[in-house]
Amino acid sequence: MSNRLSSVVVVGASLAGLQAAQTLRRSGFDGDLTLVGSEPHYPYDRPPLSKRFLAGTWDEAKLRLRGAVDPDEFQFNWKLGHKATGLDLEQRQVILGDDGQETLSYDGLVIATGARPRTIDGCELTGVHVLRTLDHARALRSDLEGQSRRVCVIGAGFIGAEVAATARELGHEVTMIEAAQSPLARVLDHETGMAIADLHRDHGVDVRLGVGVAKIEGGVAGGQDGDDNGGDTAQSGGVERVVLSDGSAIESDVVVVGIGVVPSTEWLARSGLTLDNGVVCDDTCMAAPGVVAAGDVARWPNSRFEGKLMRVEQWDNAVEQGGYVGGRLLAWSRDDAVEPYAPTPWFWSDQYDRKIQLAGFPSARAEVVHGSIPERRFVQLYAGERGELIGAMAWNRPRHAIKAKQLIARGANMSEAREELS
Amino acid sequence: MKIVVDYDLCESNAICMEVAPDVFEVRDDDFLYLLTENPSEDQSESVLIAAERCPKQAIQVITE
Ligand SMILES: Cc1cc2nc3c(=O)[nH]c(=O)nc-3n(C[C@H](O)[C@H](O)[C@H](O)COP(=O)(O)OP(=O)(O)OC[C@H]3O[C@@H](n4cnc5c(N)ncnc54)[C@H](O)[C@@H]3O)c2cc1C
Ligand code: SF4
Repeated sequence: MSNRLSSVVVVGASLAGLQAAQTLRRSGFDGDLTLVGSEPHYPYDRPPLSKRFLAGTWDEAKLRLRGAVDPDEFQFNWKLGHKATGLDLEQRQVILGDDGQETLSYDGLVIATGARPRTIDGCELTGVHVLRTLDHARALRSDLEGQSRRVCVIGAGFIGAEVAATARELGHEVTMIEAAQSPLARVLDHETGMAIADLHRDHGVDVRLGVGVAKIEGGVAGGQDGDDNGGDTAQSGGVERVVLSDGSAIESDVVVVGIGVVPSTEWLARSGLTLDNGVVCDDTCMAAPGVVAAGDVARWPNSRFEGKLMRVEQWDNAVEQGGYVGGRLLAWSRDDAVEPYAPTPWFWSDQYDRKIQLAGFPSARAEVVHGSIPERRFVQLYAGERGELIGAMAWNRPRHAIKAKQLIARGANMSEAREELS
Repeated sequence: MKIVVDYDLCESNAICMEVAPDVFEVRDDDFLYLLTENPSEDQSESVLIAAERCPKQAIQVITE
């Protein structure tokens, strides 16, 4: 028995989707392969958007993902600037556009629509930014060019912390606000979170912890200016300050809201797929027969970590999972059995001259085995309940991070890990 | 097949070494060393994967 696979549609033309498409081609799939992307751009790399592109040291040409440098290389049909608005599993069709007039039929479907930034009231004001896309980055970069500004970063997650670092290096006055007691509280233990706070403070960022944002205030957009077309129109509707939950206010010219992302699943709302903080898949990333999901939008049980349902918002996973689901579709078409997708997550973040990497997951059982936190060059291991290595954080020790990733993947225990990584 | 690494882009995060340890090696000095510039036929698949997995897109593979 086998399933017909003569056409594949990939929705989401970015890291995970492109990797899935490339993998299909590399594995010999020669049918129709269409990539649908709501952005008008060919796939580009997002990490530099908060780093070298934002700093102005990289131009846009450098961002293009390798597999899209020559758009004709893999004979994809590109449907850029097209948004998927629905999915009909019965008819095996993706519905495009707000009027729903255009449809694309598929035998195999890759869902790779990623995530979009969370917003709060005030995001519509001039000078208030989120950062996920090239268009966002262009707008923010242009606001950070030239004279020194007062920049307020809301949220000390990785994106917020990287933007704060880049803005500081560009010479701006930077305040970073975080509602939790330490930066990155969702991913890091308190101590390493505080090491991030200290890193920023030493570079002159005003880091405010344990305080929320009450509102973002700015001039009233439009209306009041009446027929006053001269003068400072760019400032009308512009942000003025961020008011905090403790009543204090931070006068700001530029505000960056970095409070996390939500998976882009709106277009699947009536599809019948299980949606719960992402597209819920089986342990082989399949959400329905011939329908797979990868990257920031996908949630699946990872058998390496006791079958815990995860959704990973990281570059390396988008590439690995994208490649995996390409192979998964081919195996489905041949009715072949496949190994479950059971990666050890790994990511990096660059802030100032520090390269921060985390493999696996942190836990309360943390132990520095190399260097020291005050030196900002260290390796910290995290143990699971049975004394096994489940995570490792490395600052400016990339080789150790990869080694740790391999040790986690093969289920090493702590004493073995200490030995190898000290 | 020939491998060219752009060392200005490379940040020694050793993902390539994880994928193709017989071709890429990040040593104790935290620099990346190429063990061969001309990988063999059986290494080529893993070299291509390493190039795709490199987060800095620092590995270029030239095929004749
Ligand atoms: C500024 C920034 C810095 C980052 N830095 C790092 C880092 O240092 N390290 C790290 O590990 N990770 C980093 N990441 C995360 C990493 O970039 C993401 O994990 C990765 O981009 C996920 O890829 P993806 O293909 O799943 O989703 P995305 O890259 O989000 O792509 C999804 C695409 O689908 C499109 N789309 C959405 N809905 C629809 C629809 N209905 N129809 C058609 N198209 C649609 C979107 O427009 C988008 O182009 C960073 C992310 C950002 C934004
Ligand atoms: S994966 Fe890329 S950036 Fe990392 S060490 Fe290898 S070549 Fe350098």
